[in-house]
Amino acid sequence: MQGQGGETRAPYREFCEWFDAEEPSRIHRKAQQAEAFFRTTGITFAVYGQDEADERLIPFDVVPRIISASEWRRLSRGIEQRVRALNAFLHDIYHRQEILRAGRVPTELISRNEAFLPMMMGMDPPGGVYTHISGIDIVRTGANEFYVLEDNARTPSGVSYMLENRETMLQMFPELFAKVPVREVSDYPINLLRSLAACAPPMCGGTPTVAVLTPGIHNSAYFEHSFLADQMGAELVEGHDLRVVNGRVAMRTTQGYKPIDVLYRRVDDDFLDPLNFRPDSVLGVPGIWDVYRAGGITIANAPGTGIADDKALYSYMPDIIEFYTGEKALLPNVPTWRCSEPEHLKEVLDRLPELVVKEVHGSGGYGMLVGPAATKKEIAAFRKKLEANPRGYIAQPTLSLSTVPIFTRSGLAPRHVDLRPFVLMSPAGITITPGGLTRVAMTKGSLVVNSSQGGGTKDTWVLED
Amino acid sequence: MLGKTAGSLYWMARYLERSENNARLIEAGFRIALTRSNTAQAEWRSVLVTAGSDRRFKEAHGDYNSSRVVDFLLRDPANPSSIISVVKQARDNARTARTYLTREVWEAVNTSWMTLGGLLRRQVREDDLPDVLAAIRQQSAQVRGAWTGTMLRNDGYNFARLGTFLERADNTARILDVKYFLLLPSVAHIGTSIDNVQWETILRSVSAHRAYRWLYGTEISALKIAEFLILYKQMPRSLAFCCDKMLENLDWLQRSYGQETEAGRLAAAICRDRLSRPIQSIFDGGLHEYITDFLRANAALARQIERDYRFVE
Repeated sequence: MQGQGGETRAPYREFCEWFDAEEPSRIHRKAQQAEAFFRTTGITFAVYGQDEADERLIPFDVVPRIISASEWRRLSRGIEQRVRALNAFLHDIYHRQEILRAGRVPTELISRNEAFLPMMMGMDPPGGVYTHISGIDIVRTGANEFYVLEDNARTPSGVSYMLENRETMLQMFPELFAKVPVREVSDYPINLLRSLAACAPPMCGGTPTVAVLTPGIHNSAYFEHSFLADQMGAELVEGHDLRVVNGRVAMRTTQGYKPIDVLYRRVDDDFLDPLNFRPDSVLGVPGIWDVYRAGGITIANAPGTGIADDKALYSYMPDIIEFYTGEKALLPNVPTWRCSEPEHLKEVLDRLPELVVKEVHGSGGYGMLVGPAATKKEIAAFRKKLEANPRGYIAQPTLSLSTVPIFTRSGLAPRHVDLRPFVLMSPAGITITPGGLTRVAMTKGSLVVNSSQGGGTKDTWVLED
Repeated sequence: MLGKTAGSLYWMARYLERSENNARLIEAGFRIALTRSNTAQAEWRSVLVTAGSDRRFKEAHGDYNSSRVVDFLLRDPANPSSIISVVKQARDNARTARTYLTREVWEAVNTSWMTLGGLLRRQVREDDLPDVLAAIRQQSAQVRGAWTGTMLRNDGYNFARLGTFLERADNTARILDVKYFLLLPSVAHIGTSIDNVQWETILRSVSAHRAYRWLYGTEISALKIAEFLILYKQMPRSLAFCCDKMLENLDWLQRSYGQETEAGRLAAAICRDRLSRPIQSIFDGGLHEYITDFLRANAALARQIERDYRFVE
């Protein structure tokens, strides 16, 4: 919120005027109301391994994170370029593999990638789209410095929090929105529906039927699944509602089986089809793969898209962007050491206490080392894991992340944040919702923002020009 | 609409109705226990039988100690019919069918689960029981209010209403059966004036003791009470009322889907054959036999609805 000199940054000026004139006790009361609101609405997530009744709230902070119109323009140009490149890369990897032939990305990065799906070789997903929905995690380190931290092309979650956070702010502080010109995020569900429908498969006749596939009410992101289906007016289905009928994937309705054209699936590739993938899975639909191959259904995101989430591959993103767009990446990567390379590994091992080390296939903040926050013992233990399996890790410097204020009992206090904007892709183009999910490390000094690790969220405002 | 969703709406409504019925039963039992400690044991047993939990209770606890029965019926997670279990199942079904609920209805169900979870976290003290039971009824009324006020009158609405009336008919029939069987074992009692407190509890458990007096004055007989609870169509918990409503809901579905169903035929048969004759003829054939037959027909209807509308594969 404040620049280097301590002055209030321009985008925050109007908000600060409002904030300074408010009674802290009123804001505190509103913050408590917000929590009750989340609870009543059921915006919770289940914590795995604990009592199923233990549905937790993600802490919500009432101070918005504000991004100016010009900052957003720069960011969204970079994001669009990145998502285009990702999609071109996926197409290439599952077709001619030019980038591997050109030696720009090592072949073993693909062949060893667990998310690589040989069955997708030569397949053309309807509309040519792989990454229908993606989320690009971004951090800021200075006034004009944004870095991409991670790409989420598999099944990025959190969009429901982006929408509900805004809804909550509108309910708590309606007067604020009259003062500050904030861009809308509420058209995300309709854009999602349009963009999914635009990727209807060849066999679709008429208006495409869209459904959301969820593992069910015990999944940690169930709230999001039902929320999106509800907002789109689509059916929310589970594997046992579906079967293949007359060469189409159909859902069991009260009046018999009806075909689905586009399936926004929130289950991983492995679980999609027990006949073609994991035989023990009950989350998917037996035979869906054959229907997919025959052009009877669109699966979003396309199977095999998860290779783009690989953190080792991430380190090649600047090359990937250049290879497919012919331009330099507009948004840089965080400098990354690949522990699979001996010189990199040596340097990482030398500098462990100052680095962040992540599992290549990890997610949710599990299995990582945050050097500066770790004890000697933890570092020693991690060193052993790293030496045993260097290929499984990457390392990054702990950037001097910018902070934004949160509202605490003793007033505003700075915390580290990241930002996940949500990107939709269809044959008609790319749509980026102005805003995204801002995650906050609620603990002072912490760099870990994942909700499974106690992180919170706040509303993200992109200002109008 | 998905068969699963239709099933979830139907079961959500059944469980919500069940929680309210069970609260009413506990209230009736509690009142007897307070006013007539010498028959309390028998009364608690009849409450448990009506709730379908007698065997499970006996296995776990043995004797019919008042506070133990109340605790078992209110908050025992091992009792699938306890209020807390039933409300949890209602909420799980509501979550599954969430995309078909208005925000108001979902929030009413969720709030009810949170509120009752809070009230029932610890064993309820005897002097707090009336308030807790009132809160349970109130939560249920709030869901019903949100439901009536905001839901589209579409197929989902009709499936949920079907669940409500099917459960309610089942419950009213069980109350009658248990009371009849346990309290009027001798044929000699039939048609004669019966114990004041007993009839009050029957009527209280369906919230109808005042309505009864208003309709029938001071004449209290097994025949009249049975007539009131079985055939009286203006009484919202009578079998005739519930069956009429089910028939309406099924008719709506048949017309809207353009599909005649076996369930529609079964419901029409129940209304026609069992609820369109004078009470005396029901008594002539034996009230217990009549109710047993009704419960069986009602259960068959429930199974047929699940099949006709593909709630499960």
